[in-house]
Amino acid sequence: MIRIESRPEWRRREHRREQLFQLVGAAIVLFALTTLTVLLVKIFLDGYTRLSPEFLSNFPSRRPDEAGIKAALVGSFYLLLLTAALAIPIGVGAAIYLEEFAKRNWFTRLVEINITNLAGVPSIIYGLLGLQVFVRTLSMDRSLLAGACTMALLALPVIITAAREGLRTVPNSLRYGSLALGATQWQTVRYTVLPVALPAILTGVILSLSRVVGETAPLLVIGAVVYISKLPDGLCSPFTVLPVQIYDWTTRPQKAFQENAAAGIIVLLMLLLAMNAAAIYLRNRYQKRLAL
Amino acid sequence: MAYARAVVRVGVEKRNRWRMRLEERIVRTLLFLCALVGIVTTVAIVLILATESVGFFEQVSLVEFLTGTVWTPTFANPSFGVLPLVTGTFLTTAIAMAVSGPVGLLTAIYLSEYASPRVRRVVKPTLEVLAGIPTVVYGYFALTFLTPLLQRFIPALEGFNALSAGLVMGIMILPTVASLSEDALYAVPNSLRYASLALGATRFQTVWGVVVPAAMSGISASFLLGISRAVGETMIVAIAAGQQPTFTFNPLRAIETMTAFIVRITMGDIPHGTVEYRTIFAVGLLLFLITLALNLASEAIRQRYKGARL
Repeated sequence: MIRIESRPEWRRREHRREQLFQLVGAAIVLFALTTLTVLLVKIFLDGYTRLSPEFLSNFPSRRPDEAGIKAALVGSFYLLLLTAALAIPIGVGAAIYLEEFAKRNWFTRLVEINITNLAGVPSIIYGLLGLQVFVRTLSMDRSLLAGACTMALLALPVIITAAREGLRTVPNSLRYGSLALGATQWQTVRYTVLPVALPAILTGVILSLSRVVGETAPLLVIGAVVYISKLPDGLCSPFTVLPVQIYDWTTRPQKAFQENAAAGIIVLLMLLLAMNAAAIYLRNRYQKRLAL
Repeated sequence: MAYARAVVRVGVEKRNRWRMRLEERIVRTLLFLCALVGIVTTVAIVLILATESVGFFEQVSLVEFLTGTVWTPTFANPSFGVLPLVTGTFLTTAIAMAVSGPVGLLTAIYLSEYASPRVRRVVKPTLEVLAGIPTVVYGYFALTFLTPLLQRFIPALEGFNALSAGLVMGIMILPTVASLSEDALYAVPNSLRYASLALGATRFQTVWGVVVPAAMSGISASFLLGISRAVGETMIVAIAAGQQPTFTFNPLRAIETMTAFIVRITMGDIPHGTVEYRTIFAVGLLLFLITLALNLASEAIRQRYKGARL
């Protein structure tokens, strides 16, 4: 007679192990969520008392309750615009070349490997590059332009990758259709591929540029000035940006300055949130169009 | 008349075609130049780090640089042993990986093998938000929240220390490790899972005995990339780990990483052309080489596993 045990010991053990792992998984999910919540709540509690219209419209000051982020906010905005103006044409151009024109040969592969590697270079190395090339050799000094050039190089690998992904969403049938009608390759890209790919490219580009807004290290290296009491009035003006201002306030021993830092972080996070929302809005609109 | 018009039309068409071809050429060249910017950037980085470092090593011996344990380049009687910066970097990186390695891998396994779509819809955006938070914010968090919190349990913890900087850095890297590991797990074909389950293995046995080993190369690639990010991370360590090059493996003490050193020197007013100024390029070169090696190794492993996919 063979007796079949309904639930042998190993079966039960396995079952327990299975349940245990489910628990571990849940704990880890909770860990990520809790960390994020604690971080946001802590910063909000530290900083919300300092948030006021004056905080946005005052220049930095030695007295913490009079200090504001006007110069930093405007500087961040200018830097973002200038970086975008430099990096988007070059980045999208490089992406178009690699996706639409380049032949598959050793040189193209080299360019691709190189872009992957550049994306992994620590941002502070870009700071050293900017310091030596733009600030010293091209003697732009510690100017908005030097900052934007450095940040453009930093953003380039990410923008190229994002733009290539955007171009890849365009079905080949559209390219063939345009070429069959006698259009040249550039005409095909210009009038058929780019209009279709534009929302996807923009989504990726906005997301890459939101990284530029939060970047601190390279700007510290090329010398974004922390204490600044007038707005940049040209490409060659000294400048500061929000993350640099936050860094400066964070590293001061007085608690009141750290509260300023927290308030600055709230503004910075709002800014990033707005940029990401814009990217998501574009993505959703684009998805609808593709469904047609 | 009709003939003349036809001739004119042919002429116009010829001119148009000529112009089109010219435009095509110009555009192609411009786009090619855009693609070249990346190569130029790499060459410029290598060239700058190399030339300034050569100047540095003319005055400081390579052996002293790589084996010395005292790093005081700004003192009147300077000493150029880079090891304190290396151990500082190693310490924060190790702590960060101790967090993001296990937690990242478990998150990836949970998301790809266990989690319901509803859980995924919550966790994935959370990770994306964590990945999008600027590092200066993490630095603030480490200095003003985690360090005071930890000091309640560990009284010996200094105000600046490797421990809380490393822990927060682990959270910063977590999304990178988790999402790349998840990609690797996702790439394991379902046939392997079905085969294992059909042989009577439980889900736990299938995951740990079949799926994870099959995705091992992708998982190690994600770990290497995580390490590389940790080594190159600047703001968290510059804010929370201190600016005090100490040759120690004690995570409770203030240290200085290679990146934090570069920030400290460039924030001061060191004149161009001096040895002190050149140190940041020598340290930068070391940093560049370490991260490059890690990135290349990660990429090589990923390529191999792409080829070996079932």
